Amino acid sequence: MVKTRKLLENIFFRHIPLLITMLFVFMPIYWAMVISFKHEKDIMKKPVQLLPNPATFENYQFVWSKTGFSRYFFNTILVSGLSALAVVIFAVLVAYGLSRFRFKGKRSFMMIFLATQLIPYNMLIIPLFLIYKNMGIIGSLTSLIITYTTVFLPFNAVLMKSFVDGIPIEMEEAAMIDGCNRMEVIFKIVLPILAPGLVAIGSFAFLSSWNEYIFPVMFINNKDNFVVSVGLNFLIGQNVLMYGPLAAGSIIALSVPILIFAYIQKFLVQGLSAGAVKG
Amino acid sequence: MFAMNTELHKKYKLKKCIPYIFLMPAVILIAVFLFYPMGSVFYYSLFKYNLAKPYANGFYGLGNFIDILTKDKLFYKTLWVTVKWVFGTVSVQLIIGLLISNVLNQRMRFRGFFRAATFLPWAVSGIITSMLWSLIYNEHMGLLNTILLNLGIIKKGIAWTSSLDTVFGAIVVAEIWRGFPFFVIILLASLQNIPESIYESCRVDGAGRLSTFFYITLPHLKQTIIFGTILRGVWEFNNIDVIYAITGGGPANMTTTLSMYMINQGIKANNFGYAAALTVIVSTILMILIYFYMKIMRYSEEGM
Repeated sequence: MVKTRKLLENIFFRHIPLLITMLFVFMPIYWAMVISFKHEKDIMKKPVQLLPNPATFENYQFVWSKTGFSRYFFNTILVSGLSALAVVIFAVLVAYGLSRFRFKGKRSFMMIFLATQLIPYNMLIIPLFLIYKNMGIIGSLTSLIITYTTVFLPFNAVLMKSFVDGIPIEMEEAAMIDGCNRMEVIFKIVLPILAPGLVAIGSFAFLSSWNEYIFPVMFINNKDNFVVSVGLNFLIGQNVLMYGPLAAGSIIALSVPILIFAYIQKFLVQGLSAGAVKG
Repeated sequence: MFAMNTELHKKYKLKKCIPYIFLMPAVILIAVFLFYPMGSVFYYSLFKYNLAKPYANGFYGLGNFIDILTKDKLFYKTLWVTVKWVFGTVSVQLIIGLLISNVLNQRMRFRGFFRAATFLPWAVSGIITSMLWSLIYNEHMGLLNTILLNLGIIKKGIAWTSSLDTVFGAIVVAEIWRGFPFFVIILLASLQNIPESIYESCRVDGAGRLSTFFYITLPHLKQTIIFGTILRGVWEFNNIDVIYAITGGGPANMTTTLSMYMINQGIKANNFGYAAALTVIVSTILMILIYFYMKIMRYSEEGM
């Protein structure tokens, strides 16, 4: 009696919800993979095949070498990498300053950083467009790096602060008593302990930059400077809709975030909530 | 107390500067590329500034605002679409998030895997989400039509993203796919702070799963739910990736949210002044809503 009740509870409160979630999450990814491995002539064939038969790599080869996708891919890595680096450097400075000192205006700084989370950042597109035009860098990868660094810095700085807060200040005090100055303390004590946090925040920033879409689609006109998200959208805009290469391109573009995600997912539960909720 | 000599005093003063030096680079960056452009939006909102009609450009006072509020029918239409969009996406994401985070908080085999798998769409961009779901919704080779046809539920394939009846639901589902992991993540973090002993004493007292959920879990999650919905609400309000990529706001402006309308006016129609005024109105509405939401939530807390 108790056992059946327990079993029923498990089925209703655990197995069924999990099963539905897994189907919901993986269905779109599964379908894109199926299409990416189908021959072009099989994609439209009725009845629709649920598995590619026979499977082919031609869509991947086509999208990578014939559409400029490889260039977009490396552009995106460059932009995301440099933005992530800049975010990490600025965020460490901010986090250390906020975590280790008491000073006038500290509360206001925190408030400003948190308030930026509520800015409707689409409103920045037009003025930034004009600023970059005046600076002569509109349409360049630099304009993207500046934008990403600025937009992603506040959240990541607050997140970084929670990592720095976790390092006991006594260690630094002990080192200072032993004659280290502030710079030595930062480079020899704080940064090594902070390493996992640096990587996690770098990954967050990289992922956010990699996924950004509206800024590049508005700022970049020149095909040489396309990033992956814009390149994919451009593929849709072509006259002939090529579902196979489109699906293959999506899977390639998806692979990088998933690799990063595999690393940072263990930080997610503590990280996102520390930055987003507790503030 | 002790008297400070000048040497020490100087050192003390220098020390006071240190934290500001740490913050300086970030503050400069944010001031120049975030706050200055924001301010300039307010400035432009008072001008007629249209690259397509330069002869008419100039100071226009509150004219843009008056035009929007009195003449622009599309503005009110997009306002309603925005309400549906934000409410539809955030409420469902929150409900799924509540359910799944509670499931994933239980002890079970392969919990690590199930958690990671559930979080996965969080890492996927709006544009990729659009691609993946477009392939599902496709009229001719989409998975959804294939399944429904095989089950005999429909006789003929449906064009999910171009039919007036289904387009809105279609993009909302795609956005929910990408957004619900956010709630799972923050709620799970909050759930882990509830001591196991409370649940045990509930079990001893004979409380069922549902009453435990409503009397223990939900009140504990309240703060997280409030902040989560605000953050997500603002985020969905602003976010147009999926709309832009799947429908572009169409058909017949059925999926044009305020943010989408703003972009269309500013970039596509080159109507900067008008778009800036729209932005000011949009941000004002957003701030007022957040204020009232927090006030109501706080009020109900005091009432408890």
